[in-house]
Amino acid sequence: MSRRITISLAFLGCAFAASDPFSKKLSHDLQIAHALNRLSFGARPGDAEAVKKLGLKKWIHRQLHPGTLAENPQLEEKLASLKTINLSASEMAAAYPPPQVIKAMAEGKLALPDEPEQREHLAALVTLYKRRQNGSNEKLTPAQRKSLLLNPPPGQTVAGELVEAKLYRATYSERQLQEVLADFWFNHFNVYVDKGADRYLTTSYERDAIRPHVLGKFRDLLHATATHPAMLFYLDNWQSTIVAKGKAKGLNENYARELMELHTLGVDGGYTQQDVVEVARCFTGWTIRPASGTRGRAGLYGGEFFYNPRLHDNGEKTVLGVRIPAGGGQKDGEQVLDILVHHPSTASFLARKLATRFVADDPPAALVERMASKFRGTDGDLTKVMALMFESKEFWSEGAYQSKMKSPLELVVSAVRATGADLERPLALANLLKTMGQPLYRKQEPTGYSNNGEDWTNSASLLARMNFAVALEENKAPGVRTAKSAAVNLRAPEFQKR
Amino acid sequence: MNRRIFVKTSGLALFGTGAIPGWLARAAEGQKTRKKVLVTIFQRGAMDGLHAVVPYGDPRYKPLRPTLAITDSLNLDGFFGLHPALAPLKPIWDAKQLAIIEAVGSPDPTRSHFDAQDYMESGTPGLKATRDGWLNRALPADAASPVRAVAVGPDLPRMLRGKQPAVALNSVREFQVRDAMAAREFESSFASSSMADLSRETFEAVRILKSLPAADSKVTYPASRLGQSLKEIARLIKADVGLEVAFADMGGWDTHVNEAPRLAQLLGEFGGALAAFWQDLGDRLDDVAVVTMSEFGRTAKENGSRGTDHGHANVMFAFGGGIQGGRIHGKWPGLAPENLHERRDLAVTTDFRTVLSPLVSSHLGNHAANVFPGFTPEPFTLFGAAASQPTNGARRE
Repeated sequence: MSRRITISLAFLGCAFAASDPFSKKLSHDLQIAHALNRLSFGARPGDAEAVKKLGLKKWIHRQLHPGTLAENPQLEEKLASLKTINLSASEMAAAYPPPQVIKAMAEGKLALPDEPEQREHLAALVTLYKRRQNGSNEKLTPAQRKSLLLNPPPGQTVAGELVEAKLYRATYSERQLQEVLADFWFNHFNVYVDKGADRYLTTSYERDAIRPHVLGKFRDLLHATATHPAMLFYLDNWQSTIVAKGKAKGLNENYARELMELHTLGVDGGYTQQDVVEVARCFTGWTIRPASGTRGRAGLYGGEFFYNPRLHDNGEKTVLGVRIPAGGGQKDGEQVLDILVHHPSTASFLARKLATRFVADDPPAALVERMASKFRGTDGDLTKVMALMFESKEFWSEGAYQSKMKSPLELVVSAVRATGADLERPLALANLLKTMGQPLYRKQEPTGYSNNGEDWTNSASLLARMNFAVALEENKAPGVRTAKSAAVNLRAPEFQKR
Repeated sequence: MNRRIFVKTSGLALFGTGAIPGWLARAAEGQKTRKKVLVTIFQRGAMDGLHAVVPYGDPRYKPLRPTLAITDSLNLDGFFGLHPALAPLKPIWDAKQLAIIEAVGSPDPTRSHFDAQDYMESGTPGLKATRDGWLNRALPADAASPVRAVAVGPDLPRMLRGKQPAVALNSVREFQVRDAMAAREFESSFASSSMADLSRETFEAVRILKSLPAADSKVTYPASRLGQSLKEIARLIKADVGLEVAFADMGGWDTHVNEAPRLAQLLGEFGGALAAFWQDLGDRLDDVAVVTMSEFGRTAKENGSRGTDHGHANVMFAFGGGIQGGRIHGKWPGLAPENLHERRDLAVTTDFRTVLSPLVSSHLGNHAANVFPGFTPEPFTLFGAAASQPTNGARRE
């Protein structure tokens, strides 16, 4: 290359860098605000000072290692009031029986529980069921009526407390990055709480399959979701079997396709329809064992993962060019997960998605490539990938600062945090999020909600956000009590951004 | 436009901009400028078209659907029948207003919901770089009403995003900043922000919708989301506020498991909502065309779970605006294995843009070539009096 060209190229490079907002360093005094906007659900009064005192680097390090952070006692108190969030799926199904169990009890196929208070309540639900279903005239006793008034329907309690816990944690937790990531990864491996048994399985799904791994190895996270009954039910894999024979009904492609399109490779990640079929064959027999003592569909509500070799297609398969020999049994599915985790497309797809959430709607390709390379080099260590992103020049650039439109969840929680308000009835806020287009745990499609801020800008959303800001300032927002006015202007256009 | 609305809104508009906007002046000229309206309905999740409009005359249908085959469909033409839950649509068919387009879909083979919806909304299958939606491009670039393009729901769909202002609203009633003083403050502070365009368009639309006469529909719409969405759209159409395109959607169609009871419910909601809209609009349907779509069809053969997996071609419904109803449009490719797409799905014989093009050109009066760049629609008689010699009538083997 001639010298003249080299010089002009270097000059071009400089000119490009100067105009590229991701190359312009964010001024020092904005860095703390930026970090709080991205690693947390927004600053509370006093947060910026606390980060300054501790040092920004140290604060980020602690957020990346949430075990080092003492949890907020206010949060622990709030969570202690929720009865279902620590139950296993089968305990929950027993204590808060789903409609199928009520039906079985009404039909005399299942006995009422012995514990008197529970027995009263279930007897009332059974009576109601009979009146609705068979037009029976059976009357409720006064005690039963009281029990119905005091206790919401079981399924409503379960899903309601799940939503409450999420909003409590987002608002109060000291481990803010962990909460942001729990939201990110749940959304990545989305399930829909209103689909049948997922009403009862989602609590354990988020708690046991998602949360423990958000700063761990991606392989563990993927495996935890692949084997959780909530995912097996949501994407129908529990029904997918070797080609119809006897009790076996045949293949269902739903999970196999979304596993590659949404969870790992990305839609352009290089798989074919034939790969979808082969992957589905590998996962045949990955199903749900119903809770003991139950029968029929009711058992799924408290079910757990179970590999059923009789439903598995044990023939040879070829997935993304890799031959999986016959007779692999449950190992077939595990091998697919390995192939997918180590496929170069997966690293790029996940890196880009994380950078879209944390850096910018259209993140710089160079950053995405460095993150993907870190993912490949560390066997998918998510803490290391996050740390690289938080040390990158792109993250600390003018291009990133205030560039993201907040999602409804981010907007609402950041406003509550900014005012230091007390969350009294989180379900009222959840209702508001529904009208803003983001009902929690209720994205029906497996894609999850968009991480692209642009997608949340529209007139209906803008008006809802404005109405919320006014209501919160005047202490009229439903479910929230504000003690003092916010240090920041909730009505300012900038507050819509992070 | 009703004179009372004109006076009220123009007063407010003057307050905001200092001049009478062109669209308002034209609207004030009266009935002549009454706009043509195109209403699009998206069935998200991929409806099982073979379950909705049943090809009972195809000998392969029943063997492909051992547990799902519909045996009591409502006969349409001796070959196809409507699912019984779609009975509310039958009167529209009988009135020769409901058109059914068979084996329609995208030339792109993707079975990803996300990509297929994206392509059907951008109007450029296979091309991910397209930024705007075809329904937005279908709007002529002129100073039209701030509520010329409306999507009912909390999001603005891809189909309506683009250069022309488009409004998302949950309902007319909710579409406001409740505190008037705060509204003025917001309008001025947002005017100098990065959200200036969105804010201006929103507040202009708020002013128009504030002056809307009370809803006076005599028709009872179903309580379903689609029912309520279409009720809002009908109200906007009847109020002559300058609406040109409207969008509503309905989810839940991704039926991989035990689909018969689920689809009976969904089709009931879908048919009931469309029928209420049809009844409510009455004569106004001369100006209003309705078209439905879903991202792809489902496997011809049922899967192992009494459901269906992702497939290819689907069925579309359309009525109003002089659309030739009471007949099946499009070419039926048949369900024999060799005629199926990849030997598993109903093949596409009509590109969805071929159906949408005449709605853009003949109905809205825009150039379809600008809306679907690089696409040449095949001859397709959705409109007009060419019924005697259809070039695209359903041909069967």
